[in-house]
Amino acid sequence: MSETPRDTENLLRVRDLTVGFHTAAGQVDVVKQLDFDLARGGALGIVGESGSGKSMTSLAIMGLLPKGASRSGSIEFDGTELTTLPERAMRSIRGDRIAMIFQDPLSSLNPYYTVGTQIAEAYRSHRSGVTRRQARKVAIEAMERVHIRDAARRVDHYPHQFSGGMRQRVMIAMTLSMEPELIIADEPTTALDVTVQAQILDLLAEIRSDTGAGLILITHDLAVVSQVTDHLVVMRDGDLVEQGAAEQIFTDPQRDYTRMLLDAVPRIDDEIGLLRTLTAPTAEEES
Amino acid sequence: MNDAPEPLLRARNLVKEFATGGAGLFGRSARFRAVDDVSLEVRTGETLALVGESGSGKSTTARLIARLLDTTGGSIEFAGREVHRLSGKALHAFRGEVQVIFQDPYSSLNPKHSVERIVTAPLVYQRRRIPGGARDFTKELMERVGLNPDHSARFPSQFSGGQAQRIGIARALAVGPKLIIADEAVSALDVSVQAQVINLLRGLQEEEGFSYLFIAHDLAVVRQIATRVAVMNGGRIVEEGERDQVFGAPRDEYTKKLLSAIPRINPEWDARRRENERARRAREQEAAL
Repeated sequence: MSETPRDTENLLRVRDLTVGFHTAAGQVDVVKQLDFDLARGGALGIVGESGSGKSMTSLAIMGLLPKGASRSGSIEFDGTELTTLPERAMRSIRGDRIAMIFQDPLSSLNPYYTVGTQIAEAYRSHRSGVTRRQARKVAIEAMERVHIRDAARRVDHYPHQFSGGMRQRVMIAMTLSMEPELIIADEPTTALDVTVQAQILDLLAEIRSDTGAGLILITHDLAVVSQVTDHLVVMRDGDLVEQGAAEQIFTDPQRDYTRMLLDAVPRIDDEIGLLRTLTAPTAEEES
Repeated sequence: MNDAPEPLLRARNLVKEFATGGAGLFGRSARFRAVDDVSLEVRTGETLALVGESGSGKSTTARLIARLLDTTGGSIEFAGREVHRLSGKALHAFRGEVQVIFQDPYSSLNPKHSVERIVTAPLVYQRRRIPGGARDFTKELMERVGLNPDHSARFPSQFSGGQAQRIGIARALAVGPKLIIADEAVSALDVSVQAQVINLLRGLQEEEGFSYLFIAHDLAVVRQIATRVAVMNGGRIVEEGERDQVFGAPRDEYTKKLLSAIPRINPEWDARRRENERARRAREQEAAL
């Protein structure tokens, strides 16, 4: 790992990332000295169970950590160090060059405005000199790209007039309109029915191949991650357990925790037997 | 176990409609049919899984069977008696024989009550004697569901999600039920904890011989626990059969669509992982010699 000032191969380079909270019991680190890279055009999965620190990692990259959280280490995005960037400069990157998709699209959409208005205004806030009419056109095009039928009419509908899967498409359309270089998706399909999940995963794959954007997929679901990403970071209790090419981790995991995790996933097309679990209780089961 | 001619539970032509409001002065209110002509049977000692996506009517069906909701039409027989006509002592007995485990353990366990009080509550409600006294009875049950019996005086918030779900299971077991309705009972758990709870549920059934009505949206989980599977869509059962038939040779188009949508880990990767695991174990054994 050479210390070059500008990393041209990697879109994102995270080193020694630590996220902690001050509590009455002292400093509690929820992400501990994390290192990983995302290649340009690559797709990275960050997997872990609850409390593993995977979501805090994505919020740290976005500079959206909750109040009271501290962040140290380095996050380099396309050669720019994000941890020391003034908030004003970060705002021009966030939502524009790095976009985020959350689990619950309803809580990210304003119920009082049409989806078209929201996509258009988000676009205008990052692109100076764009007229309302132009932004509306961008919104309709973005909705067409995520395969929302009859986009020219649907653009004037409110969030509650869309199903859960369609709302997630709207959110993806909003991020797409910015043409981001990096998309961070935090459990984007967890709240969706399985048939809808399959459609959204297909859509994410399509966007990747069309735009060449990098993708970080945060999920607890190993089957989902196995279909979408080429690299994997496995986390547990804030620690990096192991990382590598997806195929390598799925075929030859090096750590007991990863092996247990892979064994615990019920398969739809494998033998039925006692699901193997850790002989020692997991952290969650300890009292 | 399955040679008894009469099933433990038999639901026939169940219908549940909900008013969706918006009725004019003379017009009939608009109604939504959440459960539409559902018939099913659960035999002693088996697990019937009721699967479907959100809005399929699976949870409403479970609630009708547990008599947590009134039916609009149809009949439910449990151990030969019509459930929705039960009253007094017979209803009391039914409430003991059918237990429900819910998805969110925290919201279904009283946060102000100790484990001991929670677990013995169904017996107290049934006005039954607690065998061996409340303390020892609780400790024994806690041990059976894999909890530390020394924690019987603790409160739900002092347990993790997986442990809290075990408390819910202990409470269900306390009254010696014949049927346990598990409504998305493992859906909210982390995968490693989920595997432990599935193993626990299977083990308890083997020991006790009770039946499960297992409501779930996750077909991979269902496959681990079901004897038979009924697939619901739009308030109706679209396909029902033995587990291996439904998973291996589904007949209904919706079932096929559901099965094909499930994300899978590449089976070839799984096979290579097992091969590598065997090789690794062999190396470790060799090194130990």
